[in-house]
Amino acid sequence: MTRNEIIDDLKKRFKDDITNIFDKSEKRVYVEIKPESLERCATYLFKDLKARFNIASGVDTRLHIEILYHFSIEYINLLISLRVKLKREKPVINSLAPVFKGANWIEREIHEILGVEFRGHPDLRRLLLSEDWPEGVYPLRRDYTEWDKTAIRDRGV
Amino acid sequence: MLKSPWVFHFSTGSCNNCDIEVLDCLTPRFDIERFGMLLAPSIKHADVILVTGSCNRKSAVRLKRLYEQAPKPCLVVAIGECSLSRGMFIYSYNCPVPLDKIVPVDAYIPGCPPKPEAIISGAVKLIEKIKGNL
Amino acid sequence: MAKSVIPIGPYHPLQEEPEFFRLTVDGETVVDIDVNIGYNHRGIEKLSERKTFDQSTFVIERICGICSTSHPFAYTRAVEDIIPVEVPPRAKYIRTIIAEGERIHSHLLWLGLAGHFLGYNTVYMWVWKLREEILDVMEILSGNRNNYAMFKPGGVRRDINPDDIPSAVKKIDSIIPTLNRLKKAIVDDPVLHVRLKGIGILTKEDAIDYCALGPTSRASGVAKDVRKDAPYGAYDQIDWDMIVAENGDVFDKVVVRVLEVFESIKIMKTCLKNLPEGEIDLNIADIPPGEGIGAHEAPRGETFHYVRSDGTNRPARHKVRAPTFMNLPTCNSTVIGETISDAAIILASIDPCYCCTERIAVRNEKGKKIYSGKDLIRLSQQKTEIIKRKMRIK
Repeated sequence: MTRNEIIDDLKKRFKDDITNIFDKSEKRVYVEIKPESLERCATYLFKDLKARFNIASGVDTRLHIEILYHFSIEYINLLISLRVKLKREKPVINSLAPVFKGANWIEREIHEILGVEFRGHPDLRRLLLSEDWPEGVYPLRRDYTEWDKTAIRDRGV
Repeated sequence: MLKSPWVFHFSTGSCNNCDIEVLDCLTPRFDIERFGMLLAPSIKHADVILVTGSCNRKSAVRLKRLYEQAPKPCLVVAIGECSLSRGMFIYSYNCPVPLDKIVPVDAYIPGCPPKPEAIISGAVKLIEKIKGNL
Repeated sequence: MAKSVIPIGPYHPLQEEPEFFRLTVDGETVVDIDVNIGYNHRGIEKLSERKTFDQSTFVIERICGICSTSHPFAYTRAVEDIIPVEVPPRAKYIRTIIAEGERIHSHLLWLGLAGHFLGYNTVYMWVWKLREEILDVMEILSGNRNNYAMFKPGGVRRDINPDDIPSAVKKIDSIIPTLNRLKKAIVDDPVLHVRLKGIGILTKEDAIDYCALGPTSRASGVAKDVRKDAPYGAYDQIDWDMIVAENGDVFDKVVVRVLEVFESIKIMKTCLKNLPEGEIDLNIADIPPGEGIGAHEAPRGETFHYVRSDGTNRPARHKVRAPTFMNLPTCNSTVIGETISDAAIILASIDPCYCCTERIAVRNEKGKKIYSGKDLIRLSQQKTEIIKRKMRIK
C-alpha cells in the first residue's frame, strides 16, 4: 500500500478512536487517539502493517501527561506516532508488553521517571533508579524539586 | 609497590571514553607495561585504583565497598572531567556528590577524555611524587 | 598461531555485587537470566532541558564514548526535522565521513574484545593496534581521537581542510591489507566455525518481537538499516551494500560486523574523494514550536531522538533511545538453554557497552554464587582450547 492509502485506511478503520491527525510531512504523521484504543491501534500497526516499534516517549506538559508511541514502516519510509493524553493526577493505561516484548523495558522506565501505571505489565519494577530513591518522586515531572539534602551543586571555588 | 604497581580500573557511570583510553594505554602503541604497571586481577591485589565516571547513586555504593576492600595504602587516581567534579553532570539528579567526597583522591588527570599520553604522564608523576615523599 | 600468553586483559575483574547479568544455572545449562542496569544513568534527558539547543549537542556526545557521533547525528537531525530543513551537501558529506570512521573504530574495538573472550589474545592486540590508525585519521580530519564535536543543528561546526585529505586516504589504505588477512582468518577458521556456529541463535521472529536493531537483527535475516530505508547524509549517493546473514548465531554476527567494516571504508574513501564545495552551516536562528524525530544507524543499531520545542531556545523534552536498550532484552531468548562456557561470548555478541559484559554472576538454583564474570571468560577461552586440540589431533 502507498503512504496515502495507509493513512486513509487508518482514518476509516479507527474513526471512533482517532481524535486528531497531524500530517506533518511526507515521512512523519502524528495520530492522537483515545487511551482506551491504544491496544487495538498498536496491535494493528505491529501485526498487520508489520511496523517496527521504535520507542515510547513520555512528556509532562503541565496540563496532562502525554505518551507517544513511535512506529516505523520502513518500506515506504513513514514514521507514525500514536499520541495518548493521560490525566496528570492518576495516569493509567494498558500495557503493550503482552502484544510485543519490545515494550517491556520502556514501560518500566516511564513508570519510574513519570509515574504512569501500566495495567497488565508482567514485571513493573525499577529499571534505572537506585533503591534509595524515594517512592513517589518522579524526576521528569515539571514539579520535581531536589529532595536530597546532602547533594553538592557547586564546584567549591 | 613502586617497582610495579598493580592498577585496578573501575568505572562509576561514565560514557566509557576514558575507559577506552585507559585500555589504549595497555595496547602496543602506548604500552604502560614498560613502566611496570599491570592490571590487577582483583581488588585485593590493587595498589592503585583508576576511577572514571561521575559517581551516580548506584555506583557510589559499590565504589565505597570496593575502596574498603582494597589493602591500604592504596592510591586513587581520578581520570577525566566527570570524576574531577562531575563536569557537565553537576546538576544531574542522579549524581549528587563529586568523587573526592566519597573516597580520598591522590591524583587528578583532567581531559574529556584525556589522551593516553596524558594518562601515562599523570601516572608517572604520581610515582615520582610518592618516591619523593618516601 | 604462536602461543603467546599476554598477562593483561581489558576487562574489569568482577566486583562483588550487585551484578549486571545474573545467570541461574542447572548443572551446565543456563535456565534464567536477569539484567540489572542503571549504573550509567546520569539523567541526561533532564539535563538537556536546562541547556540550549546548541549546548545540548555537547552533552549528547557524552552519552556513549564508543558511538559518540551517532547521538549528535540523530539529535541534530531531530532538531532539523522540527522546522523541517535540509543541510547543505558539503555538510552531509562531512557528517557521513565522521559517522563511518566511527563505525570502523567501533567494530574493530568489538572484534578485539571478542577475540579476547575466545582466547585469541594476539588478535585482540593486533586489532587494537589497527584501530589506532583509524583514530589517527579521525584526528587528522577533526582534531580529536574521540569526541569530535563536529555536529551542530544546521550543519557541521568545522570544515575539513582539503590538504588533509590525501594523508587521511593514505592512512585508510594502509590498513586494508591487514583487514583482508583478518577477514580471511576469521571467516575461514575451522576452529571458529565449530566454536561459534549454532550458538546463541536469535530467530527472525524473536528479532522482530523484541524490536532488535543493527547487526544483531541483520544477522538474523531482518534486512533493516536506517541508511537504506530512510536515506540521509550522503548514503543515497554512494554505491554500498547492506550486509545481512541468515542464521542469527554468534558466527553470523561476527561476519556481519567484519564485512560492514569494508563497506564503511568504501563509503568513507568515496566521500573523501568526492567532497562537494559549498557552505557547511545553515546558521539556523530560531527553532519554531513543534516536534521532530531523528534517527541514525549507529554501529550498534538505530539511535532514535525525539525533540519537542516550545519556541524558546531550550528543548521542552528530549527523549534519547540508544540501540542497546532494545538489543539487551534479546539475551532472554539467546542465552537461556545454552551452556555457561558460551554465555560470555553470546552476551558480548549483542555489543553492549563493553563494561556491561564483565559484571556477570552465575548462581545455581539455590541462589549460591558459583562463578564470576572472570570465570565465565576463562571457561569460554578453555572451550576454544579444547576445540583446537581436538581438531589438531584429527
